[in-house]
Amino acid sequence: MRLLNLLKIAFKAIVLNKVRTLLTMLGIIIGVAAVIAMLAIGEGSKESIRSTISSMGSNMITIRPGTDDRGPARGSGGDVQTLTLDNYEVIKEKASLLDYVTPVVNGGGQVINGANNWPSTIYGVNPDYLNIKVVGLKSGSMFTDAEVRSASKVVVLGQTVVDNIFPDGQDPVGQMIRFNNIPFKVIGVLEEKGENTFGQDQDDIVIAPFTTVQKRILAIDYLNQIVASAVSEDAAPDAVIEVTDILRSEHKLLDNEEDDFTVRSMEELISTFSSTSEMLTILLVAVASISLLIGGIGIMNIMYVSVKERTKEVGLRMAVGGKTADIMMQFLIEAIMISVTGGVIGVALGLGATFFIEKFLHWPTSVALYSIIISFAVCAVTGIFFGWYPAKKAAALDPITALRYE
Amino acid sequence: MSKEIIKIQDLKRDFTMGTETVHALRGVSFTIEEGEFVTIMGSSGSGKSTLLNILGCLDQPTSGSYELDGVSVKELNKNELATIRNEKIGFIFQSYNLLARTSAIENVELPLLYNSKVSTEERRERAIKALEMVGLAERLHHTPSQLSGGQQQRVAIARSLVNNPVMILADEATGNLDTRTSYEIMSLFQELNEKGITITFVTHEPDIATFSSRTIVLKDGNILKDYLNDDIQSAAKELAALPVEDH
Repeated sequence: MRLLNLLKIAFKAIVLNKVRTLLTMLGIIIGVAAVIAMLAIGEGSKESIRSTISSMGSNMITIRPGTDDRGPARGSGGDVQTLTLDNYEVIKEKASLLDYVTPVVNGGGQVINGANNWPSTIYGVNPDYLNIKVVGLKSGSMFTDAEVRSASKVVVLGQTVVDNIFPDGQDPVGQMIRFNNIPFKVIGVLEEKGENTFGQDQDDIVIAPFTTVQKRILAIDYLNQIVASAVSEDAAPDAVIEVTDILRSEHKLLDNEEDDFTVRSMEELISTFSSTSEMLTILLVAVASISLLIGGIGIMNIMYVSVKERTKEVGLRMAVGGKTADIMMQFLIEAIMISVTGGVIGVALGLGATFFIEKFLHWPTSVALYSIIISFAVCAVTGIFFGWYPAKKAAALDPITALRYE
Repeated sequence: MSKEIIKIQDLKRDFTMGTETVHALRGVSFTIEEGEFVTIMGSSGSGKSTLLNILGCLDQPTSGSYELDGVSVKELNKNELATIRNEKIGFIFQSYNLLARTSAIENVELPLLYNSKVSTEERRERAIKALEMVGLAERLHHTPSQLSGGQQQRVAIARSLVNNPVMILADEATGNLDTRTSYEIMSLFQELNEKGITITFVTHEPDIATFSSRTIVLKDGNILKDYLNDDIQSAAKELAALPVEDH
């Protein structure tokens, strides 16, 4: 029997039972739509994390003080003072895989301009900072190494700070402001970077020479962080190892001692965050897959009923020359048609849902082609798997009994 | 001598019911030649349904031989039997067995769907021709629910003709119809028989047998009588003689 004829027969049977078929399909439709939408959300958040982190500087390497493991209670990283300016200088001098290095000291405080004030964070860095963070200046200029050496009271402001303390829109460059009551001269404004994935406003920032921040604001002699950029993204992992070695020897750590600092590349950060979102995606997809499974069982149920209901028809088809394979194929194709049609509608619905999620919930989404292909394949397999048993049952009927069935 | 369509010899069919063996057919032999109109009669339990199933290649005999149009049916497997049914036999059932919610023409096309040698266009053409033969040219696209019992049986007859079978096998084809309609159907069968189509008609109504050329009577799995009918009644005349119903 020709395939086209089988398709026609199956199509006819489906059309004759529109409502029932549609209800049967519903399980598959919801399952597929859910899988597509969940994968799109998962994929979207993964991509957005990646792009956020890259925008923060994909070559960036962050060195933080380690936790204090002396004494019974461990302190959190950053509380301890294992990073010093000497460490920074050694790294800058010895590390061959790094382009730029800057010490970082930071502290919170109030930025004040006349009657306007705004709570922000001041970062004490050197001029390399802009190259590491891949950020440019919107106006004015960055402070120089000379100004760092002389601990000049100059700052570069982020756009959020500017918006809040210069609400009239006047040019902040050249103006005097105060940070924690210490007067600073504004010499530049950073380009806007917006929020990152973690909801952090990257423009809510004040940059000043680290010497100034250390001495005049925080009154400390250690560093909160050292950030650097590797010569290339590929060199980052090796740079991490290099910096670790330098710091271990600098800190005179014995082989059996743990690092009292941590060195992280952005790549690691990306994979850390990605793995979290990946796990979430797997969970979501697993839940969605269950509805696909239930949809499949629905098909099996309806095919079983359908075979029972059409016993006489099967008998007739056999009497007029339908072979075992013909009967089997008829019901199998019917099941596959239901599931694949459900799959097509499900894909459309899933894409629609994804579009609305992106448009109205503003969640990042990204529809991967593979998710469509997979859902489609799963549908076809579901049809075959759950249609097989009822089809076999139909094909195994004895034509005489089937013809006399009432 | 004309061609032998059916040749059965010492046909036996046993059924095992639990520990008991039922002998439905105990050695039946006869030959049906091309162009004959044979009625097979018998009360229930006489073995006529069993014989019909075997003649229709739906069942296999326990012993004995059955040749249909020169093919020995006994050696055929399930799929080969299906092909034989498709190409050589036209079935007509008591309850019509039409596909519901399916047009007359699609119902008639059904056997040809299982014959890959027939193209879509040819299938349609032959279905229309078959429906014209049974006088339903005007009702090609009616579904069974839009047709009367007699018309439904005509569609079934058209379906049995569409494959150009060597024999039409009817199982109580008038059993569900009133006298007038069953005479109409019998007159159609006679017409078809006059065109040379071999018909085997299983029934338990004696008046149906008077329209056939030969009657085989079964009893308890054996042939009781096998006689040629010298006085064939014309169903068309009988129909005309029926009193006109006043509605």
